[in-house]
Amino acid sequence: MNKQEMKDKAFDIRCSIIKSIANCGSGHLGGAMSIVELLTYLYYEEMNIDPKNPTKKDRDKFVCSKGHAGPALYSVLADLEYFPIEWLNTLNMGGTRLPSHCDMNKTPGIDFTTGSLGQGISAAVGLALAQKLNKFNSYTYVLIGDGESQEGQVWEAAETANQWELDNLIAFTDFNKQQLDGYVKDILNLNKLKERWESFGWFVQQIDGHDFNQIEGAIRNAKETKGMPSMIILDTIKSKGYIPGENILENHHIKLSISDGEKAIEELKRREGRI
Amino acid sequence: MEIAMRDAWGNALVEKGKTHPELVVLDADVSGSTKSILFQKEFPSRFFNCGVAEANMVGTAAGLASAGFRPVVNAFAIFLALKGTDQIRNAIAYNNLPVIIAGAYGGLSDSYDGASHQSIADIAIMRAIPNLKVIVPSDSNQAEQALEYALKQESPVYIRLNRNPMPEIEKSEEFIKEKAIKMIDGNDITIISNGITASFALEASKELEEKGYSVELINSPFVKPLDEETILKSIRKTKKVITIEEHNIIGGFSSAVSESIVKNNVCCKFKAIGVEDTFTQTGDYKELLSFYGISKENIVNQALKILN
Repeated sequence: MNKQEMKDKAFDIRCSIIKSIANCGSGHLGGAMSIVELLTYLYYEEMNIDPKNPTKKDRDKFVCSKGHAGPALYSVLADLEYFPIEWLNTLNMGGTRLPSHCDMNKTPGIDFTTGSLGQGISAAVGLALAQKLNKFNSYTYVLIGDGESQEGQVWEAAETANQWELDNLIAFTDFNKQQLDGYVKDILNLNKLKERWESFGWFVQQIDGHDFNQIEGAIRNAKETKGMPSMIILDTIKSKGYIPGENILENHHIKLSISDGEKAIEELKRREGRI
Repeated sequence: MEIAMRDAWGNALVEKGKTHPELVVLDADVSGSTKSILFQKEFPSRFFNCGVAEANMVGTAAGLASAGFRPVVNAFAIFLALKGTDQIRNAIAYNNLPVIIAGAYGGLSDSYDGASHQSIADIAIMRAIPNLKVIVPSDSNQAEQALEYALKQESPVYIRLNRNPMPEIEKSEEFIKEKAIKMIDGNDITIISNGITASFALEASKELEEKGYSVELINSPFVKPLDEETILKSIRKTKKVITIEEHNIIGGFSSAVSESIVKNNVCCKFKAIGVEDTFTQTGDYKELLSFYGISKENIVNQALKILN
């Protein structure tokens, strides 16, 4: 997939997320929209996965530790035919297989259940360790939120991954600078986030999380770095692509009607020059 | 011969490690206490010291289990129950991953480290988590049997261990069938022990027999699933029951039994012996147990009150 095709795919995924959350009436739209480029690059370009064989033992794994971003992942997995695309219309409804937070028991293609913040990165440490023990030449990718990084467990996992030299563990921070109650800097500031991860013994890069070239380069660098885990801090915009939610304070959990969603998609098309 | 349960546990891990290559052991910087260090010496590449970071250890074990390994996480019972609860619930139990959670130094057995280290709330916490089976072995044999049982499960198991040597009770294969063990048949009163209280209950039963009472003595290592059939059959017969546990009487084994009694409309006299909802003190282990009423003498006294 070339970079233009990736951009087109990211656009489609964004439209799909807006539609599925609008169909539900509300959802964690902000933190889902900010990770679209990352998911697009990982799932369509980077990861060794087979949607027809989602439990293949030596596959690469992805843990969405910020589990509330599930709707973004569901749109990708549906597009890759892990499950019927119609499931997206059941998002977060009673009896759905696509709950608001990622659930490996319910959704094909989800590699680990998340929801309680801070836990996914520990599970990812276990998954990466298992890949090493099994002598698989595979990677575990994990995405944490910036608000999530306030959890102590994240730093327990950080020191452990360094101690065990898990260079097959590539983590990302969705650094969109906003959390549920407001701006991260106003609530519990992540001072010197890059230096903090470096001090825990990780190879750290900070990039534009919406730029495919930078994502590609950072993952390449991470894979070339041996003996230590990698953290790629993604500078992102919360709600990126759902324009009414961009640059506003309360964009963690957004209410929107189906017509709101349709209007937002038209607005996004205009901004991206697609009409 | 009395063997400290922790030594038996460490040796059992080593034995099972020989036949279970998928068995991996994690500890939170207390391997010398939990005796998982014995496994480390034998299988260093399958042992992971996670440092003083219980939450991450439990989450890491969940990841390993989802990739096909059989992790055993070891730490002090109270720290697993309180610092690892969220991870035990959401990462392990919700996903029904077959992790063996070994809570060392259960009850008052870390007697000289005081209330911060003594574990009298772990059973209440663990039994309220769906998918999680809860076992409190009574002696070293049962600790070994519990490991064997847990390795055969496709779901997580919490095994609450004790630090110290305790008298061995007669080994029974009923245990690994998730059954309570009938130790003595009788008609006047049912006494049900859980964990290391089994030997006290046995001594008390003998004393009550000498006083002319017919005691039905049951040992129930399982808190969940509870062998309601055996327990309720006995209570229906004797209409009097005493439970003994090394735990707060709120939420633990006695609560499980009393819930079962009420749920099944069984009418009986009931007395729960255990820690009476108080933070416990530091001191000599057996003196502490006795101070909190977990003793042969208190069982006899309480039984006589119910019987008369």
